[in-house]
Amino acid sequence: MKVNDFSFLIGGEAGAGISRSGFLLAKACMRGGLNVFGVNDYQSLIRGGHNFYIVRISDGEIYSQPDQVDLLIALNAETALRHKDELVSGGGIIYDENDINLKAEPLSRKDLKLYPIPLKKIVVDELKEPHNLIMRNTVALGATIAVTDYDFALLEEILRDTFKPEVAESNIKAARKGYDHIKQNFKSEFEYRLKKTDTAGRRRIFLSGNEAVGLGALKAGCKFYVSYPMTPTTGLLHLMTSNERNYSMIAMQPEGEIAAINMIAGAAFAGVRTMTATSGGGFCLMSEGLGMTGMTETPVVVMVGQRPGPSTGLPTYSAQGDLRFVIHASQGEFPRVVVAPGDIEECFYETMRAFNWAEKYQLPVILLTDKYVVESEVSVEPFDVNRVGIERGSLITDKYEGKGEYGRYEITETGVSPRAVPSAKGTIVHANSDEHDEYGLTTEDPVTTTAMMDKRMRKLSAIVKEIEERNIEAIKFYGPEEAQATIISWGSTKGPIREAMKLLKSEGVAVNYMQILYLHPFPKGEVEKVLLRAKKTIVIEQNKTSQLSSLIRDHNLRRVDNKILRYDGRPFNPGDLSERIKEML
Amino acid sequence: MTVVDMKDLASTAKITWCPGCGNFGIVSAFKSALVEVGADRERVVIVSGIGCHGKIADYVDVNSFHGIHGRVLPLATGIKLANPNLTVVGFSGDADCYDEGWDHFCHAVRRNMDLTLIVHNNMILGLTTGQTTATSQIGFKTKSTPFGSTVAPLNPIAHALISNGTFVARGFAGDPKHLTGLMVEALKHKGFNYIDVFQPCVTFNYLNTYEWFRQRIYRLEEAGHDYTDRQKALEKSFEWGDRIPIGIFYKEERSTYRDNLEHLKNKPLTELPLEDVDIAPILESMR
Repeated sequence: MKVNDFSFLIGGEAGAGISRSGFLLAKACMRGGLNVFGVNDYQSLIRGGHNFYIVRISDGEIYSQPDQVDLLIALNAETALRHKDELVSGGGIIYDENDINLKAEPLSRKDLKLYPIPLKKIVVDELKEPHNLIMRNTVALGATIAVTDYDFALLEEILRDTFKPEVAESNIKAARKGYDHIKQNFKSEFEYRLKKTDTAGRRRIFLSGNEAVGLGALKAGCKFYVSYPMTPTTGLLHLMTSNERNYSMIAMQPEGEIAAINMIAGAAFAGVRTMTATSGGGFCLMSEGLGMTGMTETPVVVMVGQRPGPSTGLPTYSAQGDLRFVIHASQGEFPRVVVAPGDIEECFYETMRAFNWAEKYQLPVILLTDKYVVESEVSVEPFDVNRVGIERGSLITDKYEGKGEYGRYEITETGVSPRAVPSAKGTIVHANSDEHDEYGLTTEDPVTTTAMMDKRMRKLSAIVKEIEERNIEAIKFYGPEEAQATIISWGSTKGPIREAMKLLKSEGVAVNYMQILYLHPFPKGEVEKVLLRAKKTIVIEQNKTSQLSSLIRDHNLRRVDNKILRYDGRPFNPGDLSERIKEML
Repeated sequence: MTVVDMKDLASTAKITWCPGCGNFGIVSAFKSALVEVGADRERVVIVSGIGCHGKIADYVDVNSFHGIHGRVLPLATGIKLANPNLTVVGFSGDADCYDEGWDHFCHAVRRNMDLTLIVHNNMILGLTTGQTTATSQIGFKTKSTPFGSTVAPLNPIAHALISNGTFVARGFAGDPKHLTGLMVEALKHKGFNYIDVFQPCVTFNYLNTYEWFRQRIYRLEEAGHDYTDRQKALEKSFEWGDRIPIGIFYKEERSTYRDNLEHLKNKPLTELPLEDVDIAPILESMR
């Protein structure tokens, strides 16, 4: 018997409440003291098609979805047929016997345990809710608790916490029906079990990357959030709009991404911490505005959630094809910061830090994420809200007390000029997208032009210096010092890589791993140190042309030895990945 | 610091508009309007786009954001939403507002953003040396329409009216005194205050000259127009040809976008404390 190392996949048509059900079960497991990682897979449609949600559950640390699952909760025939080969030996399928005749289908797997249950019939005949067929999901959840021999009370608790009392009660009834049906009709023979642990309770939180970024933004004092809906970042818009009133802020949907970037530039100029989010297509539209924030030295934070391109691509899947794009987007040259959080915690802390970079250095900061990290849901320890403080840099909100007339673009050693907001006493503030003099007035003078470009670009050196002096982790290093190979990646591939490393370690294969968190300014020195120690380097990315390899070549003049690339929109699976790594050793 | 005199607004920048340009009338009307309403210079922000009009940001010594082509309105919207205590005035051109940035126009109007938009409408692209715009007349020959424009011009006044605008007016740069009056009305009115201004381009627009306008324009207020009647205003907005109206087409009082954000009670976002935001309730809901 295998206890507390379990995965299930719940699948069905879009609109059948798949991710909601996965979410409820995942939370019930978290409350039982287990770690959970949930990832959804859905298509760009509202009804029909095939959606599924995989949850991995363990009493140990987990960083990604698994390669195989132990139980299928098949809300339609397609789920059973499409995913049966992803089941482990001895795995089970919960399905509605009146919808799917699994025996008649050529399952071609004799090792599986089948749990037919009349889900729909229970909802219609026993619960008398014929108009609420979505309740069959809850019946299936109850059945899952029974099959895995888990604690029903935990599901009950989650249903009570999630729904209004009357809705909660009818769901609990439905879940109980499913639970009882399994207990009465099947012997307790399933090999994969779940068991409440000593750490059960309400301490930890279950959230998505979008929500972690949103919490980071709220905590950092973001008061103006503007974004146009675009997968996979729409969840962030929803978090901000639903909290607009509680947090005395403005969260709004404008007429498009061009409006969004210009609106936040205006608000930032006025002195507010502000942010937008989008995906590649929307970021294309924002490019000109982004350059304007660079030129006018206006602090904004932009989250780009990547999905596969080019163009509309696979709108609801994941990719890392925009690294070069965000580093270079917009005409001309200007300083910016590009940070790529690789997990939920980094989504929170790096968002908080992003607002500091933006204001201290008066430039745009791009949080480069992807569908996999912003839409996956993970259980984590509550965030340390005091880890990153608020640093606004040289900001004049009240009164200018400097010598002489105030100049918005005063030339300084670090390149950072005192930033007055309009209405600060003793100042007139001119922001200008044309090249300008120290007072913000338009100029075409070659000497001033050179001096201003130099001033702006000096800010990058100042950032690099601060990262070094304050020991900010621009890269992170995992695994043993001595290793057969060094894996290098950025962003959300971190999870599957860390899982793959666990598998490799259990087989006695030693690899270590460098995650590059700050992609721009590139942490050249830190990366160099790791490269010099590496026996062999393997870059892992979700794109076709290995954009990180080209960045390393640019900055460190070194070719990486191997690349593992995937660009079908799906995340790496750890088992697959460890096999591919082994092939390269 | 209250503006008491035109001299308070004088800038050190050298003006690069062509002699006789309609923009001179607009800038002097604007300065007079600021003097007349006794504006606080440090609390006025002007936003301009790209085109000859955009240079106005350098020529009036108040706060300014000289942005990119077509984006005056979202930029101005962000500034005003962040700090409603600022007087925000957007300056745009016919290409800047009615071509490149047209999508923002109806949204700013329908939101009833509390700001003023002044469009320097010269019916041509001046700074790129003479091409057609959305308000160029049929048959008008430019470098990009050498055989004459075949497309009927856009009617921005009608668009503002049907987008539920609360202050819709038209002025003429050749009549700065009248234009000052319109700007004063706009600055005093709460809501989206829109003034389209006929602004002759003396270098590239051979058709719509000062003289052309003078022969045609008349003042709505002298013709007994009732600016509280949207239907009548709409009829007037279609008047074109031998007689072209200027003045206030329509005006009403209505709550602005920010008025409707009741939880903020008009408090500037800039004055809200950043420290000690409590995210514990959201974290609790995620347990």
